[in-house]
Amino acid sequence: MVLPTNLKHVATAQELTDLINEKENVMVCAGRMGPMCLPVYDSMKTLEESGDYDHIEFRDMLFDSPEAAIIRNLPECRSFMGLPFNVYYKNGKVVKATTSIQSMDMITLILDSEFAK
Amino acid sequence: MENTNFDVIILGGGPAGLTAGMYLARGKAKALIIDSSMIGGQTILTHEIANYPGIESTSGFMLANTMKKQAENFGCTIKSNAKVEELVLESNRKSIRIANGEIYTAKAIILATGGRSRMLGVKGEKQFKGMGISYCATCDGDFFTGKEIIVVGGGNSALEEAVSLTNYASKVTIVHQFDHFQAFQHAIDEVKANEKIDFIMESQINEFKGEAGLQAVEIEHIPTGKKETKEINGVFIFIGYEAQTEILHNTAVKLNDYKEILVDAAMQTNIEGIFAAGDSLAKRYRQITTAVSDGTIAALSALEYINKK
Repeated sequence: MVLPTNLKHVATAQELTDLINEKENVMVCAGRMGPMCLPVYDSMKTLEESGDYDHIEFRDMLFDSPEAAIIRNLPECRSFMGLPFNVYYKNGKVVKATTSIQSMDMITLILDSEFAK
Repeated sequence: MENTNFDVIILGGGPAGLTAGMYLARGKAKALIIDSSMIGGQTILTHEIANYPGIESTSGFMLANTMKKQAENFGCTIKSNAKVEELVLESNRKSIRIANGEIYTAKAIILATGGRSRMLGVKGEKQFKGMGISYCATCDGDFFTGKEIIVVGGGNSALEEAVSLTNYASKVTIVHQFDHFQAFQHAIDEVKANEKIDFIMESQINEFKGEAGLQAVEIEHIPTGKKETKEINGVFIFIGYEAQTEILHNTAVKLNDYKEILVDAAMQTNIEGIFAAGDSLAKRYRQITTAVSDGTIAALSALEYINKK
């Protein structure tokens, strides 16, 4: 089960584990096709296509999939009560997690500080 | 190299901007829409739209997406997630510089920068956004299944969302600053008939409290000044919208005290060749239908203006 967005998707917990172990910088947005999530997917796609963030892997994941428990149950997301959950991994470890809608500026601020080239 | 000269540039890709783009492109003007976020504006934040004439029911995302396709099909260029850094409005040839350094010029500009949900602006609100404070019932309602929550506001959105939240919450308390609601009578009747909904009138939230997540709020009864702390894990805020006009604050475009754009009946601002439309205007009613109407008038006025030049 994946989201019908134009981003690359993560469908299973194993896929996510492999991705964060293989790639240095990964941003994953776990959400639904709802009003708070759509703008985040759109920003991620714009950033991916800009060419300025080629060193980062952008993925989405269906929040309601049982496989997304790998994100829902992260200690960093324990107090989150707003969609989407945005998680930033560096070398396999969570370096930042945010909840609810994020603007392009908020996302780039995190990318530029956590995943600086 | 990308052509950066246009007849009209529209700032904002909500219903007003998209409608203007459609009319301009159909009128054979070279039009560009620039939006700092996703195309669709506030419309995409609406789960269901049931009062847009000609369409029985749709989602805000679908409606905005259809408008976007219509504008593109007529030849309008659309640029999303492009933050405007500089505006030159008072010369004959208007120009806009976006964050990546690209500069676009046009004979006329339509300001359709829209609005955004108003925040309470009290202590703890930013800290607990997404950790107990929400602005979207359809997105976050299920995080509060079986829990008691508060809804802040007294307009149509607040009351309609309070009713929808009773599908999840064990109890919904509406906190409103006046002694009456501003919503339509049918919405008021619906909340009053709902046994899960309670009211705290003439009151306001002064502070959100908690550690990792929201745990309590301080509520003040406005007439008496009496304050009480109520333990709560969820608060949904629906207190209307405010104009998104920061980019105009250092320009000569005339705004009112609420920083809303002032226009005449032709949607012309105080600056020649600068028009405005949609939720960023000083006006009483903000609906998709009124934004579409504003966008149409602004586009036709801009067409007339550029054809005279």
